[in-house]
Amino acid sequence: MKHIIATIGAAALAMTLVLPGAQAAEEEGGTVHYPLEHPHEQSWSFAGPFGTYDKAQLQRGLKIYANVCSSCHSMKRVAFRTLEDLGYSEEQVKSFAAQYEVEDGPNEDGEMFTRAALPTDHFPGPYANDAEAKMVNNGALPPDFSLIAKARAVERGFPRFIFDVFTQYNEAGPDYIYSLLTGYGEEPPAHVEVPGDLHYNPYFNAGTALAMAQPLYGEDVEYDDGTVATLDQEARDIAAFLMWAAEPHLVERKEMGFRVMIFLIVFAAFLYIAKRQVWSRVAH
Amino acid sequence: MSQLEHHGTYTPNTGIEKWIDARMPLPRLMYDSFVAYPVPRNLNYAYTFGGILSLMLVAQILTGVVLAMHYAASTGLAFSSVEHIMRDVNSGWLIRYMHANGASFFFIAVYLHIFRGMYYGSYKAPRELLWILGCIIYLLMMATGFMGYVLPWGQMSFWGATVITGFFTAFPVVGEPIQQLLLGGFAVDNPTLNRFFSLHYLLPFMIAGVVVLHVWALHVTGQTNPTGIEVKSKTDTVAFTPYATIKDAFAMMVFFVVFAYFVFYMPNFLGHPDNYIEANPLVTPAHIVPEWYYLPFYAILRAITFDIGPIDSKLGGVLAMFGSIAVLFVMPWLDTSKVRSAVYRPWYKLFFWIFVANAILLGWLGSKPAEGVYTTLAQIATAYYFGFFIIILPLLGLIETPRRLPNSITEAVLERNRASASSEAKD
Repeated sequence: MKHIIATIGAAALAMTLVLPGAQAAEEEGGTVHYPLEHPHEQSWSFAGPFGTYDKAQLQRGLKIYANVCSSCHSMKRVAFRTLEDLGYSEEQVKSFAAQYEVEDGPNEDGEMFTRAALPTDHFPGPYANDAEAKMVNNGALPPDFSLIAKARAVERGFPRFIFDVFTQYNEAGPDYIYSLLTGYGEEPPAHVEVPGDLHYNPYFNAGTALAMAQPLYGEDVEYDDGTVATLDQEARDIAAFLMWAAEPHLVERKEMGFRVMIFLIVFAAFLYIAKRQVWSRVAH
Repeated sequence: MSQLEHHGTYTPNTGIEKWIDARMPLPRLMYDSFVAYPVPRNLNYAYTFGGILSLMLVAQILTGVVLAMHYAASTGLAFSSVEHIMRDVNSGWLIRYMHANGASFFFIAVYLHIFRGMYYGSYKAPRELLWILGCIIYLLMMATGFMGYVLPWGQMSFWGATVITGFFTAFPVVGEPIQQLLLGGFAVDNPTLNRFFSLHYLLPFMIAGVVVLHVWALHVTGQTNPTGIEVKSKTDTVAFTPYATIKDAFAMMVFFVVFAYFVFYMPNFLGHPDNYIEANPLVTPAHIVPEWYYLPFYAILRAITFDIGPIDSKLGGVLAMFGSIAVLFVMPWLDTSKVRSAVYRPWYKLFFWIFVANAILLGWLGSKPAEGVYTTLAQIATAYYFGFFIIILPLLGLIETPRRLPNSITEAVLERNRASASSEAKD
């Protein structure tokens, strides 16, 4: 057994020494991988085994989405009724939904009509369809926000992805959103070419620059809870909100996980005791 | 003395048991197979993965049946129906994360099970058929896992399906008809999704069928054990219940602790973020990578970057990939050694551990872009993969001097206990 562990250890050590070298060699080889810069790791209330959403933060994030992002980005998989997760009452959700108009129908005359949204409706998008969205945005399609916090996790690379298992690092998506939103404004380095109508951002995961101009500058909204709306604060709040939009059952999942882990570990301990008892009757 | 001779200790006691036993002796079969069945007394925890795998198969089928109640196999609805499961179905997120991570843990268990078989020489006579049935299960698992990954209809689902079905076009003449049959058309589309869903539901039951044959074959030859020596007397064995049952149960629970850790705390760690983007035939992802459990074979596929005579690099890659699995089937005949277990084969043990490290390296290379130093590394690793089976295994049996084998399992156990007792006394 000792030999096996020693062999595995030696193999792991050998790989740790060789593989980063290979990665470095690749980068020197001229193939550029995006993003140019890794996202900055932030501390999130929902990280770790006991993480929970900060409801005040989610409410601030919602305000940014509603006042800024939603003019270009849809969030079609999120229903208004789920906003109760953010700490709003049924009544508040109802009146929030009523600010939006959705298409319904056909009515008895066979006509489609618009009406105020109900809590059971989903967030309506800003455009009639993708073609219109592209036409308005210079050919670029603003992605839907429902799952963006899970869809934009930047690859961590060896050996970091191994440590991530033990540190429970799941926040690559929010880290990416935060870094992208605060990553505008730098002058592109001399060797980086930025096409005319694009905006340089070293944190963008699919190139050196993206179609979206800097969307947040600070003081884009006035927070209801008195928090100062700096760019840093806004980026953090919208990232947290989008994590909730992508993974609304995260808190429930982690709470259940703790109970399940306790049960399984205690049950395993009992089984181990029973196993020792049974096997003590025979040399093995 | 065959282990089977221990069978037949079942005696029906109650009237009902006697009545059933005279008509269809199913309780007798279960009793003889899972209670009285003798197993070697020296089995270690590496031998618990068979039980873990049966449990994982059941878990996958159960969660899968529930998911199928809410899933819609249509290109327009599939992605939304999965999100509906994640958001609106009661505990839907739990069922789906269990199913998605369950597939990964099924493969973790099967890889450990296969490596255990290779280490202790479980594939050797008289267990060749048992080994081949296992290889068939593994192939069916790969097909099932691949089709299952297509169902959520994310970007990786779509592009993974496009790339993998594209392999078949490498074959001359028959390639394209096979690909079109798989796809139900000329590209991955609604017919593809529908037939993949149908087959994804069917194949697990075929796996269950082959598992029955696998267990049947196992119960004819009996288990191997870490010494690789066959059972010679009754003292070499213990009864399946309670000995193996309690040990398997403990191992399952430990396995479930790790599984639950991923389901509840790292549910998306083993998946690809791009699969949270709905499939779009007009946008190709920067890197198309299959699920982690196919990565070693993906690396082998891409390692063949050169033409070999009339075989171009594309066909060569596909042949190498299929060959890397096919070679497992003939492993019992490639190994010429008379000694079964790596414990008594110092050189085989060394090459085996290099093989394991090499397989992990191939997996990592499969996740990297096929360029520069990665391609070279993948070519070296592919050469070792095949060299292990085709050169090292046959040669080693002829030139290696194995260590002295104990006379029986009992002797090996008592010898080891004496050794550890004396070393404890010295401490």
